[in-house]
Amino acid sequence: MLTAENLGKSYDGRSVISDVSFTLAEGETLAVVGPSGCGKTTLLYLLSGLSAPDEGRALLDGRPITGPAADISIILQDYGLLPWRTIIDNVALGLKIQGMGRKERMERARAQLAEVGIVGRDGDYPANLSGGEQQRVAIARAFVTRPRLTLLDEPFSSLDALTRERLQLALLDAWQVRRVPYVLVTHSLEEAVMLGQRIMVMSARPARPVAVFENPGFGDARIRDTEACFALLRELRHTVEAQW
Amino acid sequence: MVKLFAAMLRYGLVILVLGILWKLTALSLGGVVLPHPEDALAALAEAMTTRIFWEHFGVSLYRSVTAMALAWVTAFPLGLVMGSVRRVDKIMAPFVFLTYPVPKIVLLPIFLLLLGLGDTSKIAMIALILGYQILVTTRDGVRSIHPKYFDSVRSLGGSNMDVLREVLLPAALPHGFTALRLGTGVSVAVLFFVESFATTRGLGYMIMDAWGAMDYLTMFSGILGMSIMGAALYEVANVLERKVCRWMFLRAKD
Repeated sequence: MLTAENLGKSYDGRSVISDVSFTLAEGETLAVVGPSGCGKTTLLYLLSGLSAPDEGRALLDGRPITGPAADISIILQDYGLLPWRTIIDNVALGLKIQGMGRKERMERARAQLAEVGIVGRDGDYPANLSGGEQQRVAIARAFVTRPRLTLLDEPFSSLDALTRERLQLALLDAWQVRRVPYVLVTHSLEEAVMLGQRIMVMSARPARPVAVFENPGFGDARIRDTEACFALLRELRHTVEAQW
Repeated sequence: MVKLFAAMLRYGLVILVLGILWKLTALSLGGVVLPHPEDALAALAEAMTTRIFWEHFGVSLYRSVTAMALAWVTAFPLGLVMGSVRRVDKIMAPFVFLTYPVPKIVLLPIFLLLLGLGDTSKIAMIALILGYQILVTTRDGVRSIHPKYFDSVRSLGGSNMDVLREVLLPAALPHGFTALRLGTGVSVAVLFFVESFATTRGLGYMIMDAWGAMDYLTMFSGILGMSIMGAALYEVANVLERKVCRWMFLRAKD
């Protein structure tokens, strides 16, 4: 359903990512890891249509991605919630942009918030919520429009370890309900193993894929405690370290 | 209700401290040039029972509120456009920043010549001075909006109109309101100055007229009246800001 063909992007004449190609099938998940600042976020921006590639192209269901669209949702670093809008308005924003009536979009946003465990906080503002709660709202906002594809940019990086683990499970649960494919960018190898069916390791700048690992244990909430997880983590660490 | 009571208590304390300082200064000066506060307050209370005081007060209030509204409706949208449309900013910014340091108050004679001796010239003068503050603050505020908010709306398929409604406008409002709130002091100061010339109405005229006649108690009634008006305008702007930009006054949870 998602195809990246030789994607490349430069800023001020400096190549940030180069020759990135991969495919993502219906219901699949992909985690992208690599050295800090290698261009992982740029890749997501190209896939979301927020930024246009200088080389290559990205296709969703065979159609080139030429700009942001309702069927691709992105969870930005630091959540991207609008501080001047209430929780419910933040979640319903995508539906509002699509032209859905107020009553219907509020009902849907409320149901989506309940799905991520946020109930009775409609009138609160993002600043009223903890980091973990804000991230849940961001997940609800990404899923409420029923996108064909979700992109996640370091979604849990600013959370404490316990909250991060809880939200990883929440994301996994949400994925298991609708099997919406996602591409997750993270600097945490453990998170990549927890949330990626396949894990793509990128090189340092300009970022290009250097290896793709299959993750047979994906979907198991207790994957962290398995021997297979440790083995995969070891392999990933070696591959990533070789890129520094 | 508790907040209102706390605000009134704060004001009360400040008035008490200022009153004590005033009383001590009046005692040290012998109470001739500077009347005792209780005499000035008694004079104000008496003035407030007269029609002429409220006429002056009403005229001054009308001039400053109209000027503030005029400054807001012209400068805020312009600041919004300058902050968000680079091409407009490139053309407008040199005009704004070259003329910003010029003391606009020196243009008063020209305003009086062009717009006449009535309210229009006075309102235009105050609006011009206040407008610059609102324009510059709003424009800089819009330019400081984090790009992630634009991405946030655009990633949902938002159009330019959605970005304006969901990001630019709500993010710019606090800057515009802060400028308006801080500008109330400036607008009352300018009001006093413009009412010192070519008019027979307004608190500024009342103060200057009483000063010329060495009627210091009436002069202080005017000064207190203008202070009350300035404080009231500041509080109205403050309440408006808190109502419209509620999110600005929240405390983060963690």
